[in-house]
Amino acid sequence: MPTLREVKKRIRTVISTKRITKAMEMVAAAKLRRAQQRVEQTRPYSKKMDDMLSNLAAGSTGEIVHPYFEERPIKRQTVVVVASDRGLCGSFNANIIRRANEWLNNDPEGEIEIVTVGKRANDFFKRRDWPIIANVSDWGGMLDMNKARDLMRLLTERFVNGETDRIQLFFTRFLSTVRYKIVGEVYLPIPRPEFDEDDSSTSTGYLFEPSPEEIYAALMPSYAMTKMVTAIVESLASEHGSRMMAMGNATTNAGEMIDSLTLDYNKARQAQITKELLEVVSGAEALRG
Amino acid sequence: MFKLSIVTPERVYCETEVESLVVPGTDGYLGVLSHHAPLITALKPGRIEYRDAESKVHTLAVSGGFIEISDNQATLLADTIESGDEIDLERAKAARDRAQERMAKRNSSDISIDRAAAALSRALNRMKVYGDTH
Repeated sequence: MPTLREVKKRIRTVISTKRITKAMEMVAAAKLRRAQQRVEQTRPYSKKMDDMLSNLAAGSTGEIVHPYFEERPIKRQTVVVVASDRGLCGSFNANIIRRANEWLNNDPEGEIEIVTVGKRANDFFKRRDWPIIANVSDWGGMLDMNKARDLMRLLTERFVNGETDRIQLFFTRFLSTVRYKIVGEVYLPIPRPEFDEDDSSTSTGYLFEPSPEEIYAALMPSYAMTKMVTAIVESLASEHGSRMMAMGNATTNAGEMIDSLTLDYNKARQAQITKELLEVVSGAEALRG
Repeated sequence: MFKLSIVTPERVYCETEVESLVVPGTDGYLGVLSHHAPLITALKPGRIEYRDAESKVHTLAVSGGFIEISDNQATLLADTIESGDEIDLERAKAARDRAQERMAKRNSSDISIDRAAAALSRALNRMKVYGDTH
């Protein structure tokens, strides 16, 4: 049985830990709210962008002429892993990294190079000696348009210059506070947009101004940017959601621990009182003789 | 009447029924009325005007984007969009000065000249729309 003092000290420690996890939970909740708003704002744009691209593809007969669509034999692939800068967010980082790692261990074609987003991803792949060509960190839990744009430029330029032949992107899609889905998709080349031949709403002989080529030239960088922003925004929201859950659980556990320690403390206290009473009583008995 | 939705990466700006619409296409301004032929075009920085169901004219500054028109539905994907009241004139002026400064330094690379030129035209456009609406 631990002594009274020891139990009391433990209770104090757990109380202060609980205070911290509670604070972290609330911070994560506030950040989640903003991130979630951001996700909801970007979704319509990204959806309309997809629609426009498929209409463009459906309406412009003949070959799609834009370098982002070019499929080449794969000599080198770039893998982009979007994780978080900070830990204490449950299995968020572990899940995304495990998924990317599985893909890497499955003998992907060609040489591999890695681009990491977030410190956690960078730490992992650096430790395992994967060639990391770029790392974009220190997001501070928010979307930074400039960082996203730099990343998108780096990737598209490498692809267009033939330095890489395929870019695989791993990120987490935000479903709800408690749920997210890990997504692995091809970032470049962009898969040929699909369109339904029978759907009259898509193939209605569009006019293009200026030419389809020029519209592609203007549209594709925006498209690539939108995809990048979506991946980052969705991952950030998932991260905050995951952290909120993890810290909420930690707070609950700390509460339970305090309860059981308090019980221990009271038991120990009562035991001591009983012991002291016994001593007094037996002392008095002895005196009476 | 036809439906107009204006969407930017940050927000859905508006979804409304309009009588007419004028947008700055890359080959010049173009007017859209209901039952327009299906069209996709890129936009350059300029002024967007639309007349709503009550025949009230709205003027907006757009800094580039795309528009798709089909089935009496116009979808405008704008990089940024602001009504006259939302334009920050001081900020636009500062952006203009910065862009002019960068263009004056000829020794920098071609890409940065292009970017400065684009920034300049966006800033001038904002100032112009601000002037038109105030």
